[in-house]
Amino acid sequence: MATVQVSEAEKVYILHGIRDDLRVDGRGCEDYRHMEIETDVVSNTDGSAKVTLGYTAVLVGIKAEIGKPRPMVADEGYLEFFVDCSANATPEFEGRGGEELGTELSNTLYKVFNNKHSVDLKSLCISAGEHCWVLYIDVLLLQCDGNLYDAISIAIKAALFNTKIPRVNISADNEGGKEIELSDDPYDCVRLNVENVPCIVTLCKVGHRHVVDATLQEKACSVASLIISVTNKGTVTCVRKMGGGSLDPESVFEMTEAGKRVGKALHAPLMKLLQEEESLGKKRHKVGFLG
Amino acid sequence: MAADMRLPVIRKPVSLSVSAFDRKDLVVPGDVITSDTGFMRGHGTYVDEDKLTASVAGEVQRVDKLICVRPLKTRFNGEVGDVVVGRITEVQQKRWKVETNSRLDSVLLLSSVNLPGGELRRRSAEDELTMREYLQEGDLISAEVQSVFSDGALSLHTRSLKYGKLGQGVLVQLSPSLIKRQKTHFHNLPCGASIILGNNGFVWLYPTPEQQEEEAGGFYTSLEPVSLSDREVISRLQNCLLALATHKVLLYDTSVLYCYESSLQHQVKDILKPEVMEEIVMLTQQKLLEQEG
Repeated sequence: MATVQVSEAEKVYILHGIRDDLRVDGRGCEDYRHMEIETDVVSNTDGSAKVTLGYTAVLVGIKAEIGKPRPMVADEGYLEFFVDCSANATPEFEGRGGEELGTELSNTLYKVFNNKHSVDLKSLCISAGEHCWVLYIDVLLLQCDGNLYDAISIAIKAALFNTKIPRVNISADNEGGKEIELSDDPYDCVRLNVENVPCIVTLCKVGHRHVVDATLQEKACSVASLIISVTNKGTVTCVRKMGGGSLDPESVFEMTEAGKRVGKALHAPLMKLLQEEESLGKKRHKVGFLG
Repeated sequence: MAADMRLPVIRKPVSLSVSAFDRKDLVVPGDVITSDTGFMRGHGTYVDEDKLTASVAGEVQRVDKLICVRPLKTRFNGEVGDVVVGRITEVQQKRWKVETNSRLDSVLLLSSVNLPGGELRRRSAEDELTMREYLQEGDLISAEVQSVFSDGALSLHTRSLKYGKLGQGVLVQLSPSLIKRQKTHFHNLPCGASIILGNNGFVWLYPTPEQQEEEAGGFYTSLEPVSLSDREVISRLQNCLLALATHKVLLYDTSVLYCYESSLQHQVKDILKPEVMEEIVMLTQQKLLEQEG
């Protein structure tokens, strides 16, 4: 993980600031940084989104491919995750430096998103036991300034919303086999229902309080953090503790409650934004990467 | 608590000063500086078909027959006398290594710091062993460039009471090109905080100290909580600095102060929103132009 060095006196300053609910950049403990979201940024994917959160930037691309369903769940498609830590984000990721973080991130994302309660996996099934859609979700970290999980989860939700899977028809051919036929019309697509896709909220315990959307400096002052995935209804779907420090049960409870509250509030503006962007259609000015 | 989400918008940096297109001395890579063969090729240039061409984006500088291009996006190229803010990365024999945003780590020799207790004394072996008590890895210091080695690495010194270890405050890392060279880089701003504008682009914001504890030699740092009002001022200044840097405004005491004044009608956390940033910087530039006359 990208880390920064912070001197003892700086730590004290950050700690006291969080105690007084005034963080270094003027935010309160439960405020997010300014967030910008753009979908459909990579033309050769089926769905993509770029999210910048302060100085954190992530790009998510989704490719749909036809594969074989897992034997245990024959009537469901599945998701595959890959997180690429670009050395552009921090020199530490050079060579194999980002691998560990990448695997850790993709394992967590797999746990959070690849279940039928988050994504309607049944809708990815083409013919039970034989064919299904596999969504390859590739995450690219472009810049790291803390709070990767939240930014990635929001980008994934936006990219899933943006994903257009071609419509397929199954017809039986003369020899009794099945044939998959892709629609000729490139605009004839199926959209995913992203209503239940959760967002991840990371809460860092700093001193006696906890903060959301911690910057790298704040992260350096925290010994333990809790990542919580929350759906739009406020249901907690996954909780994971990160970091070497310990949390007492009381603060775990407090943090879960705060995470629920913050996470639930994330969905409405996100969906509103995505729908607004969708409604702009062709009139939308694409900003992309050079804006 | 609400998260501020929005679609990205293409934003141009606001500028009231002379448009960059009218500046003849600004070049981008590939621009032909001159096709006259009578000039010498300096840093940031190359000869392409007998034409002197820029290899970096920046400002053309001419010294007699020598033409150089000073890049705008660069690491810190230190000169003797520059004020820098740096972070200790390593404690070595008789020296500390300091991260100062230059290409190589700078060194701070044990013999070029003021040790507590006594003006001039020999550095004993004991001092060498207790170096980490004075400055350890991660600590921030303010210092002055004493000399530049042949490979470009800097040697720093803190032999003055104004330099030394930094206590509580906020470090803002910006581009060194944005810092305006001035007589003094230490300012006690009237808004209630102090600022060190390091030439290396590291800016240190800290609450204005009430009195100088001289006998501590600058190695004692107070860990008393900073008052909420001071914090707010520092946070506001930090966001103002980031706003000015985003819109590429030169940083010096007046510009920072004007930006601070322009930001007062907004909440501290709102300053970093792009439209607020634009408005504040625009106001600041207006004030700066008025002041210039």
